[in-house]
Amino acid sequence: MSHVIEVKGLTKKFNSLVAVNNISFDVDHGEIFGLLGPNGAGKSTTISILCTILKPTTGTAMVDGYDVCKHPAHVRKSIGIVFQDPSVDDRLTGRENLKIHANLYGVPGNIQKEQIDKVLKLVELDERADDLVRHYSSGMRRRLEIARSLIHNPKVLFLDEPTVGLDPQSRDHIWTYIKKLMGYQDLTIILSTHYLEEADRFCNRVAIIDHGDIVALDTPHRLKDELGGDTIVIRTQDNDRFHDLVKASGLAKCTVIANHEIKITVNNAHTTLPRITELAADHNIHIETISLQQPQLDDVFLHFTGKELRESGQREFYGMAGAMRRQIR
Amino acid sequence: MSELQGIYTLWMREVLRYSRERSRFISSFIQPLLWLIIFGAGISLPIQSAANITYQMFIFPGIITQALQFTSMFMGISVIWDRQFGFLKEILVAPISRISIFLGKMLGVSTDAIVQGIIIFPFGILIGVPLNPAAFIISVPVMMLITFGVVCVGLTIASYLESLESFGLIQTFVNLPLFFLSGALFPVTHIPSWLRWVFYANPLTYGVDILRSIILGNAWTPLLPLYQEILIILIFDITMILIGSFSFSRRN
Repeated sequence: MSHVIEVKGLTKKFNSLVAVNNISFDVDHGEIFGLLGPNGAGKSTTISILCTILKPTTGTAMVDGYDVCKHPAHVRKSIGIVFQDPSVDDRLTGRENLKIHANLYGVPGNIQKEQIDKVLKLVELDERADDLVRHYSSGMRRRLEIARSLIHNPKVLFLDEPTVGLDPQSRDHIWTYIKKLMGYQDLTIILSTHYLEEADRFCNRVAIIDHGDIVALDTPHRLKDELGGDTIVIRTQDNDRFHDLVKASGLAKCTVIANHEIKITVNNAHTTLPRITELAADHNIHIETISLQQPQLDDVFLHFTGKELRESGQREFYGMAGAMRRQIR
Repeated sequence: MSELQGIYTLWMREVLRYSRERSRFISSFIQPLLWLIIFGAGISLPIQSAANITYQMFIFPGIITQALQFTSMFMGISVIWDRQFGFLKEILVAPISRISIFLGKMLGVSTDAIVQGIIIFPFGILIGVPLNPAAFIISVPVMMLITFGVVCVGLTIASYLESLESFGLIQTFVNLPLFFLSGALFPVTHIPSWLRWVFYANPLTYGVDILRSIILGNAWTPLLPLYQEILIILIFDITMILIGSFSFSRRN
């Protein structure tokens, strides 16, 4: 069997809310597979079903050859999980946490110590292993969780937002370890994230999830190719009007407004850019800024879902800043 | 085999955590002292059955039961912490059954509670309780019986609560009434007859009564024949283990 995960027509409803809507995908051995989407898109629900925490409403999911509904115990032995929220016991030491995990997963006593030392070394926690976890930083706790998820030699590792809430330096650290895991004992990694650059850099394939649907699934490279060519990012005094003008002109493959900018996807920016500026001049639209970009996964996301991944968050932030300014006055 | 190993592991975790909590050790010394010495000396009720039992001696088994009860209830409810801090998730996805998780937690908490109860025994000598090693040894299994049921009550309550905010309510509406109506502080004859049925319906009443019979020996006349009292607690334990494991599996 070549697929380590097979998902067919998976649906999960919470009362009237459809969290995951009839999704299907396969994951190959040794792959790093990314689930990308905004908060509430259905990533964690999908992972929870694959980890046998939730039961699907309809559809089937096979992990390492076992059905998640019919043989949850087998699935559990085959997988390692790093949850989105912390799940270590902070009153125990790092090593004790690992020891508990090894016992719960039935790792034979004679190889436990060796196995625990190995994973501690992998995440460079061997020197702090006998400290209480409550004295660990959040990055160290995350690393401990990664170490823990590997003790029983799982076939599939699930990382649910592995870097959320960490500072940039700790995030880099975590990725160093995840990269080390690539090719580690034929391990397949499924990770969910809402950081596009992470999915872009580390995943072999990415499924973009929005409102419980998979809207696109391919390698980051091909997803970007699909958009084609280059992206011109332009800011004018009248974005709405100019957006419509560009659209009507037929110069662009795709145009969207996001964050007070117009993103115009074109086949060849070098020849199209002059036409665009002419168009603005003809209609007396003042261009404030203009720049050229290689397409990024951001653009892919925008293209498939019609919205920026972090749009709402930023708007909230602007709102808060505004409110604070008002208060200061 | 792996289920047994799972139960053992979760039991071990509970005991390890408990052994690290120094503040609880201190309070486990001080609280019974306050009850036995200050409360016990301040209030000197006449005890009906024999003249050679002082009030302090009378409440001594009651204070042991109280320590068992309060620790069991509080630690049982502490499973909410496990849920809030995420550790429960780690256990729930492990390849062991919910029943084993429940049993591991229950045995772990029970061990902590029994240690709390045992700590109180030396104080008995201070207030003149005629303690002999045999009485102590027989007391331990009785303490286990009392503890199991109460821990399951705590775990059951915890599986229906979202957060620890309602802990005060449980203290007021469950813990203190059970304690006051268990005969720990006053004999059944001191309770007005309209309230007496609650006294008899409370399984802790029989726990206190058995411990009192063991510790005070022939000087104390139990409410019912001892084997009947033990049977009542056994039934309470089995019922609560069933209810507890059912709630725990269903809810989480």
